[in-house]
Amino acid sequence: MDLTREEEDSLNGKNGSSISTAYKILLSIGKATNAEKLIPVEWVHLSGVNYNTIGDAGVEFLTRYSEEAQFVVPTTINPMGYDSHQQNNLSSNFHKQQGKIAKAYEKMGSIPSFSCIPYELFQLPESGHSVSFAESNAAVMANSVFGLRTNKESSLSALASAITGKAPYSDLRIDSTRDPKIRIKIDKELKTELDYGVLGYFSGKSVKESCVSFGSDISNIDMYKTKSLSAALGTSGACGMFSSRDTHEETITFGKEEEKSVIDELNTTDSGDVIALGSPQLGLYELELLSKMIAGKKFSKKCMIFCARSVYEKSCKSGMAKILENSGANIICDACTCLSPLLSREEYDGVITNSVKAAHYLNKSNGVSVSLKDLKSIVMEYAK
Amino acid sequence: MEYSLKGKIIVGGTAKGMVLSTTQPINFLSSLDHRTGRITDKNHELCGKFLKDSILIFPYAVGSSVGAYSIFALKSNGASPSGIICTLKTDITTASGCAIANIPLLELCKEAVIPEIENSSEGIIDGGYLQIKKV
Repeated sequence: MDLTREEEDSLNGKNGSSISTAYKILLSIGKATNAEKLIPVEWVHLSGVNYNTIGDAGVEFLTRYSEEAQFVVPTTINPMGYDSHQQNNLSSNFHKQQGKIAKAYEKMGSIPSFSCIPYELFQLPESGHSVSFAESNAAVMANSVFGLRTNKESSLSALASAITGKAPYSDLRIDSTRDPKIRIKIDKELKTELDYGVLGYFSGKSVKESCVSFGSDISNIDMYKTKSLSAALGTSGACGMFSSRDTHEETITFGKEEEKSVIDELNTTDSGDVIALGSPQLGLYELELLSKMIAGKKFSKKCMIFCARSVYEKSCKSGMAKILENSGANIICDACTCLSPLLSREEYDGVITNSVKAAHYLNKSNGVSVSLKDLKSIVMEYAK
Repeated sequence: MEYSLKGKIIVGGTAKGMVLSTTQPINFLSSLDHRTGRITDKNHELCGKFLKDSILIFPYAVGSSVGAYSIFALKSNGASPSGIICTLKTDITTASGCAIANIPLLELCKEAVIPEIENSSEGIIDGGYLQIKKV
């Protein structure tokens, strides 16, 4: 990868060690993705905010790094471990370490969004512009739905972009890669958001390319299904974009058998003691959908709804939050179902969710069994 | 038996360790214990194995973008591989994690040679080459 003289100087420490570290990261990912050069990015979204995922090593790194580093482009950040406006049972150490992370990002100049759905909350750059999005669902959504150009960034590569305002010109930032070379042929009827999540999870596992086509079958699906598909695709694979554009090259079939293999892996219990909705965090569209289903009913089990704070505030104004809270649901902001320590093995035997992404991390990282059901079935079964 | 494979240097350096080889991708966030380096994902063929001091040979990382911090945490906890080889493509998570953790990372040019490498071999990463010594 060619660097300008200025970039070379920055790499060699002329502008301080934090900028040098950022260029070191950009150089490694530039080599990995065969980039010719670095290009400017206009927005960065960072993952690596939840203490449950980055641990003490991450806290130490960010605390040290933030002493010098400053973000030079608008930078939003992912959810953390809990809702800072609500009481919880987490340890004082968790609170202390989570606080240090939030402070480090604030010091570097981030927007304190604590959300994995920046595309629903902010006026992002227009279609065609380059951004750098870690958080796999946001990267897939940015590329596939909003026409932005980002690679499937890591926490650290996006951090490097926030510090330098640059990213390698490679992979999904190049037109030819955005042209799908592989197609998933959908050989069964897909009805619910869960069905689309299962399709996404299977596809991520099956495809090593950066962009996959689902053909025109998915061109008219709603926001809930699109988010479910994107999040699951990002969780199981390396793929950072889907397209409805057809391709005549290699085809992989997704039918009943393929669906069953995903369900068998992730659906690890028949029921659970808590319902968790929102991974990705729910937006206004999904809250409205749920509030219509649940109006006048009460959940028979504890129900946690994860959404972005600004979405919650809007839902309070419109009265939707009241309907949801009257059903017994607890609306949690700043956090997300997947990887939240609020859903620990110590507290729960099983979690009922419609999110394939959440099911992956609850099973594999939190060690909690999962019952996968679509939203309509959850309401029918657990609310009266 | 001893032989060398040429690769592309993504993160430079030298490393030595017992080979831990798999054809399955790895999610560094959800598939392992970051304190011990043990692979915990029951659906992974390396389940139960430890990454510590190994030369990890795998196709590419999948899933969470936070996996880069997981690689850094493994190194901080003394549980990381000595060196890493990607055999299909070097993903951004592995590259950035290795860059920060100073773990030598090589991308092998030919996928076809990988199945020959057995887990009982010793691997050495040096100057853009992976040397394999059967022990």
